[in-house]
Amino acid sequence: MITKMSVADMESGETGKVVELLGGAGMQNRLKSLGIRPGAKISKVNSAFNRGPVVLKVGRAQAVLGFGVSYKVFVEVDR
Amino acid sequence: MKILLIGNPNVGKSAVFSRLTGIHVIASNYPGTTVEFTQGIMKIGTEYGDIIDVPGVYGLEAYSKAEDIAVKMLEEGDVVINVVDTTNLERNLHLTLHLLEKNVPLIVCLNLWDEAKHKGISVDIKKMEELLGVPVIPTVAVAGEGIKELVSRIPQARNSEFSELSEEQRWTEVGKIVSRIQSIKHRHHTFLEIIGDASVKPSTGIPIAVLVMFSAFEIIRFIGEGLIGYVFEPLFYKFWQPLVTGLSSLLHSGSFIHSILIGNLINGEIDFVQSFGLLTTGLFMPIAMVLPYIFAFYLVLGFLEDFGYLPRLAVLLDKGMHKMGLHGWSIIPTFLGLGCNVPGIMATRILESRREKLIAAAIISIGVPCSALQAMIFGLLGKFGGWYVGIVYLTLFVSWVILGRVLNFVLKGVSPELIMEIPPYRFPVLYSLLKKLWMRLFFFLKEALPIVFLGVIAVNILYVLKVFDAVANFTAPIVTHLLGLPKEAVIALSVGFLRKDVAMGMLGTLSLTVRQLTVASVVLAMSFPCIATFVVLIKELGVKDTLKSISIMVVSSLAVGGILNLILKN
Repeated sequence: MITKMSVADMESGETGKVVELLGGAGMQNRLKSLGIRPGAKISKVNSAFNRGPVVLKVGRAQAVLGFGVSYKVFVEVDR
Repeated sequence: MKILLIGNPNVGKSAVFSRLTGIHVIASNYPGTTVEFTQGIMKIGTEYGDIIDVPGVYGLEAYSKAEDIAVKMLEEGDVVINVVDTTNLERNLHLTLHLLEKNVPLIVCLNLWDEAKHKGISVDIKKMEELLGVPVIPTVAVAGEGIKELVSRIPQARNSEFSELSEEQRWTEVGKIVSRIQSIKHRHHTFLEIIGDASVKPSTGIPIAVLVMFSAFEIIRFIGEGLIGYVFEPLFYKFWQPLVTGLSSLLHSGSFIHSILIGNLINGEIDFVQSFGLLTTGLFMPIAMVLPYIFAFYLVLGFLEDFGYLPRLAVLLDKGMHKMGLHGWSIIPTFLGLGCNVPGIMATRILESRREKLIAAAIISIGVPCSALQAMIFGLLGKFGGWYVGIVYLTLFVSWVILGRVLNFVLKGVSPELIMEIPPYRFPVLYSLLKKLWMRLFFFLKEALPIVFLGVIAVNILYVLKVFDAVANFTAPIVTHLLGLPKEAVIALSVGFLRKDVAMGMLGTLSLTVRQLTVASVVLAMSFPCIATFVVLIKELGVKDTLKSISIMVVSSLAVGGILNLILKN
């Protein structure tokens, strides 16, 4: 079943397709410039514990998003 | 001719720049190493061209200050060398297309070619040239591969026929191009990737961080102490001491010139730590006490930088740093500050808001002792046992945290969120590691040595003229009552404005008790910035905020020094 959720709610190791970005234009642009844009496949490397940041694999690169931002990136995950 | 090096952050622009110009610039394995433009001259055929290393940008939308500047520079450039990370073609080509739309003569430098091969990525160069309409040259800049060809083909840089695209269209176009030129062989995770992932997962990352920091500290101490004990001290005692002893008897102890060159004789003999003459302590201190630790520190820091560890530490510390109004990335300027506050404060430019910059710069200049000062603290206080050195570090660390929290509470605004790229782990290339180390040592020798010499001369002249006595009497109440130090200590502390290692050296001549030396070390580290840091603070924060920071420094150093004095008394 395909479920829409924020990156914060993904399990570590899970892969999803980015469907929506929230936040201001500036933030969205920084996300896009790291390859986090609608249509892109991303997977979660670490499970943020205790409101820590989230590390994502984007293509062959990795990016880190602060805890707050991780609630602004929505993905579709097949669970 | 003006040639611009433009590319995403951390693709190796600085490495390409160094290779093209022979000018050494600091290159590391994390985004944002270059915060200033570096300009150099290179020879292309018989012509000379100006080449500019532009800080990395992801796009040309002018969303950040760096992008804003890059767009402006673009108007002046005659040729753009677009440095591309072959292992991340998609994201990098987005910028390439954007550059092509701007109609500047362009040439693509396909860097990190070896890493791409290693990762099973191959790129059809012919096809890429055809699709982009500009020359494409694969390079391995850190090793110098492909640079010759890049130089010889700069004259072939040309405009392409790309018309203005929208953001969406550009991504679609990039997707089309990448699918036609790139093929990837499936392969398993490499060892570096596995430990890379382990370094950011809390369960494994925290033990790794503790291990890395502990080993870094031990290695620095081992190398520093080893160089001092086995190389520099023997050199000074065996070869230099007889020479200056001879000179001392020629000059007659007590004469003006003797006071300047040799300083005071301790029990009738020259003491390299306490005599405080230009040719005794003035040489011994920077060369035999400070330089070995600076060497060791920058060797280890360079390794951590090039390996790519620091951004992972930033991930682990992100949450804690938020309490100080910063995000985890500010740990990188802080680490640079442990070497020298000047590059540390300059590196705060990578932080987004002015508020963040102010907090980071202020707590670096207060709570982060530079390696020269640390070396002197180790040298003088370490004699009494590691415990007291530990107290100094702990006090500075606690003050750093408290001050950060206070500033976060007092200054209006929110702390921005971390959105950064994490570079892959890379085995450092020995050549670039050593080159970077040499640059940093050379900087110390060139910038610091003259000030150390000047400081020693000035101190001796002022002593002879008895100027210090007046100052010491004036500040005596604070220094003796609050800090529990002899009134002369104020002179050493004020010399700290010149250089903190010289100041620490002067404290060494006052025959302080270990408690006094501990308090004085902390006060020296926290109070005024040294002059070099002062200049860079003004440049980065402006006069008003610099003065604010300095008043915070003076107040907090006196408060912390006073409290520490009370605690240690009992």
